[in-house]
Amino acid sequence: MSIAAFAPTAAGHTASLGVFGHDPWWLSLVKCLVAFVFLVVTTLLMIWAERRVIGRMQARPGPNRVGPFGVLQGLADGIKLALKEDLIPAIVDKPLYILAPIVASVPAFLTFAVIPVGPVVSIGGHHTPLQITDLPVAVLFYLAMASVGVYGIVLAGWSSRSPYPLLGALRSSAQVISYEVAMGLSLAAVFLYSGSLSTSAIVASQHKLWYALPLIPSFLMYMVSMVGETNRAPFDLPEAESELVAGFHTEYSSLKFAMFFLAEYINVTTVCAIATTLFLGGWRAPWPLSLIGNDTLNHGWWPVLWFLGKLFVLLFGFIWIRGTLPRLRYDQFMRLGWKILIPFSLVWILVVAAFRELTNEGKSRLTTLMYVGIPIAAIVLIWSFVTEARINRRLQQEQDRLQAAAVSQRDAYPIPVLAGVPSMDVPAVASTTDDGPEVLDD
Amino acid sequence: MIPILILAIIGGGFAVFSIVAGSLAGPKRFNKAKLESYECGIEPSPQAFRGHRFPVKYYLTAMLFIVFDIEIIFLYPWAVAFNSLGMFGLVEMVLFILAVFVVYAYVWRRGGLEWD
Repeated sequence: MSIAAFAPTAAGHTASLGVFGHDPWWLSLVKCLVAFVFLVVTTLLMIWAERRVIGRMQARPGPNRVGPFGVLQGLADGIKLALKEDLIPAIVDKPLYILAPIVASVPAFLTFAVIPVGPVVSIGGHHTPLQITDLPVAVLFYLAMASVGVYGIVLAGWSSRSPYPLLGALRSSAQVISYEVAMGLSLAAVFLYSGSLSTSAIVASQHKLWYALPLIPSFLMYMVSMVGETNRAPFDLPEAESELVAGFHTEYSSLKFAMFFLAEYINVTTVCAIATTLFLGGWRAPWPLSLIGNDTLNHGWWPVLWFLGKLFVLLFGFIWIRGTLPRLRYDQFMRLGWKILIPFSLVWILVVAAFRELTNEGKSRLTTLMYVGIPIAAIVLIWSFVTEARINRRLQQEQDRLQAAAVSQRDAYPIPVLAGVPSMDVPAVASTTDDGPEVLDD
Repeated sequence: MIPILILAIIGGGFAVFSIVAGSLAGPKRFNKAKLESYECGIEPSPQAFRGHRFPVKYYLTAMLFIVFDIEIIFLYPWAVAFNSLGMFGLVEMVLFILAVFVVYAYVWRRGGLEWD
């Protein structure tokens, strides 16, 4: 298997996928098992940590009975779910209904195959990278798996044949595809810099500078869209319990429900791992530590520690956001995705490209800033004028409307006429006085 | 490729095993109410035999998604090969994104991005 032949050899970084594909079968199996166990254990710990942390944030202890500090809570929940009755409503489309949790959880596992956890190490006499495999299009593989995962959700909602799951599934799919656009666009800037779609090459190209620093807007957009993509608070509209009971998995119980739960948490872990890989230097040691010795901390098994550290910080961010922000309304949420993130990321890509091109041509920093900055300043200026004009026009319209209403509906209710409230005519009560309500005169 | 298959088998095997185990391990006590779909306790609303109807808005979103997803597909190879394309690549992409922006502005003005 020589995927090296397809490796993109864009100028700048030569992606070396040659180290992949030489593992004996048992080594691949070991790596896969480790990844699998890691994901399941992370999920169990994450469930516990989330409840503990949110508990603390809300000034209550959270689960603290099962095991030390309640750390076995996730496991206990899993066992409890396994011993619950497996309800299947009579109306469901049974094959799809049973298939859905599998379709949701398998792609979630698969994405982790392309996450680089560490550099090349020696295991049992074999030199092998700490990554299950890598592809020339690894990030594309990640995006593809994220999309396939949606099928599980859609199938679950569709096959349940019940209103709440259907609505949850629809919301979820609309949400995921909307934020996938924003996510895809935010990643393009990274590829501009790395010149490769393979995750190990992207980590390798960050040896000087993590992409989160020069590409801060991309990083922030990715952070927002990864929360949207995984249906997590404050974007957890598909399972908004105050509106949709439990969303797409309302009709699921027992371990089928647990599968959706597992898939969600694995997806959270995966998007965090991708954020680490693409923006935070992957397994590379954080700045002051990377200076120690002769790059010692970037070799051997040390990098696993840095990778896990970054991953857990991001996971904590997920919990933190959930404990802090209220859920968005659906129209606000879609507006954020389509009207803010997408145009902004399109413009940002052009800015990055222009900047990079001018730097490549050897222009001085000042010239580059001028070439890139002046058009942006012009756009922002024009945009602010347009926005201001629009706001003024809207205010003017509102005022005109109010005045017109005040003149024409002296006897209307409510008094005074309120903006946004439809006023209705009240049959004129025998008007005894003629000095109408003075308050209405402006 | 093969390692991904191994992982798929492990993950799929786990999912299938859990679902089978879940249906075997739990108790089974018949109750007619358990066969109904859950609607907060009221009588389940009657469902169409095959498929449901839902707002056309979701179809629109899916179509818009395709427009932008294809744009992304064009962007990625361009981004990867950017350094070798040079100024030509930059100008091309500016033109392309401008064209997409025209579509975007049109959709926005026609209200394709509104939810109510």
